[in-house]
Amino acid sequence: MAELNTGDGGGKKGSKKVRSKKQNSKVDLTAMVDLAFLLITFFMLTTTLSKPQSMNLGLPDKDPEDKTPPVKVDENRTMTILLGDNNKLVRFVGLLDKPVSGGAPKDFEYGKDGIRKELLSRKAAVLQYTGTKEKGMIVIIKPSKKSNYRNLVDILDEMAIVGVPTYAIVNEFTPEESKLIGGSSIEKTPAAEKTSNP
Amino acid sequence: MAIKMKKKSTSTDMTAMCDVAFLLLTFFILTATAKVPEVMPVDTPASTVQTKLPEKDLATLTVGHGKVFFDVKGKDVRIRTLELMGQKYGVTFSEDDQNKFAIMESFGVPVQNLKQVLDMKPADRKNLQQPGIPKDSLDNQLADWIQNARLANIESHDKELEFAIKGDAKEEYPIIRKVMDILQNQKINSFSLVTGLRGKEK
Repeated sequence: MAELNTGDGGGKKGSKKVRSKKQNSKVDLTAMVDLAFLLITFFMLTTTLSKPQSMNLGLPDKDPEDKTPPVKVDENRTMTILLGDNNKLVRFVGLLDKPVSGGAPKDFEYGKDGIRKELLSRKAAVLQYTGTKEKGMIVIIKPSKKSNYRNLVDILDEMAIVGVPTYAIVNEFTPEESKLIGGSSIEKTPAAEKTSNP
Repeated sequence: MAIKMKKKSTSTDMTAMCDVAFLLLTFFILTATAKVPEVMPVDTPASTVQTKLPEKDLATLTVGHGKVFFDVKGKDVRIRTLELMGQKYGVTFSEDDQNKFAIMESFGVPVQNLKQVLDMKPADRKNLQQPGIPKDSLDNQLADWIQNARLANIESHDKELEFAIKGDAKEEYPIIRKVMDILQNQKINSFSLVTGLRGKEK
């Protein structure tokens, strides 16, 4: 394939009869084209892939003069997720002092085998309980002061994956809740150490 | 070589292909935007959501190590924002300063010290430890930057500015909360969280 000019380009002017090799003026461009396309591919991919991803987050209006009374919701539809330090996550269903059956405060891991399974099964259970699609599960996310930004994004991501219709980020902690998240964080369970992103 | 064979070249003419390839290459190189070096590198958490950030009318608040850096897209918006901030804090910026600010990366200094940063060479700027934009209730310059950038964007592009928070994954929640609060105080209830791309879960 390679047809580079190997013959001497000139000089021996009188040796035309002797030379049997055909002079080829063509240069093989295959390698050059290869390189060009490689670079094209590189630039195409980097221009489109380097744009950062983003996650939209809408928060409720925080107007101090807003006098709309808080909406009361059925506690059977709510799940509260508390985010603690060291990637700790505690969830309970319903009210803390009287959780619905199977919804007592329990530690979970982030990720597919942890909180997502729970969210999916709860979502189905809530749909069965209310019967209508409009009244889906409500998740209350309470990030504690010790939790980090990754935890928040991870849990919001889970909301998007599972498709929780209503979720809210709440900052107020009741004393019982802070005990729940802070008290047991001293004993570091190995499960709580694992992060969801490998 | 007793028998003369008809010589047939197997190679095709690559010239046209090469031309096209290089034309495309030139196009992509020219349209690609050079990556602006980040003043404060942050490790964004990953998510599966794949919404892209808008290219313009966007302000980015970078949060990391307890500091907040501010960045807004668009040269005209930046210059106008700087003017408005200068008026508010009684700092005058020359035209040279404004032009430097327009092409500068994100910054994290109080507006009083901004002039010194602008006078520095870009190479020196990189090594400077910037303290972050003040965001206490006493000296809430971050809120003013946000406010003025919004005003400037409406003036020049007639569009509401969008906000993105680019937080470090290890950043503690209260500081993120504080930035969100500042945004919410100006009735910005919808904003984006910049995340990295997470590969498909195993």
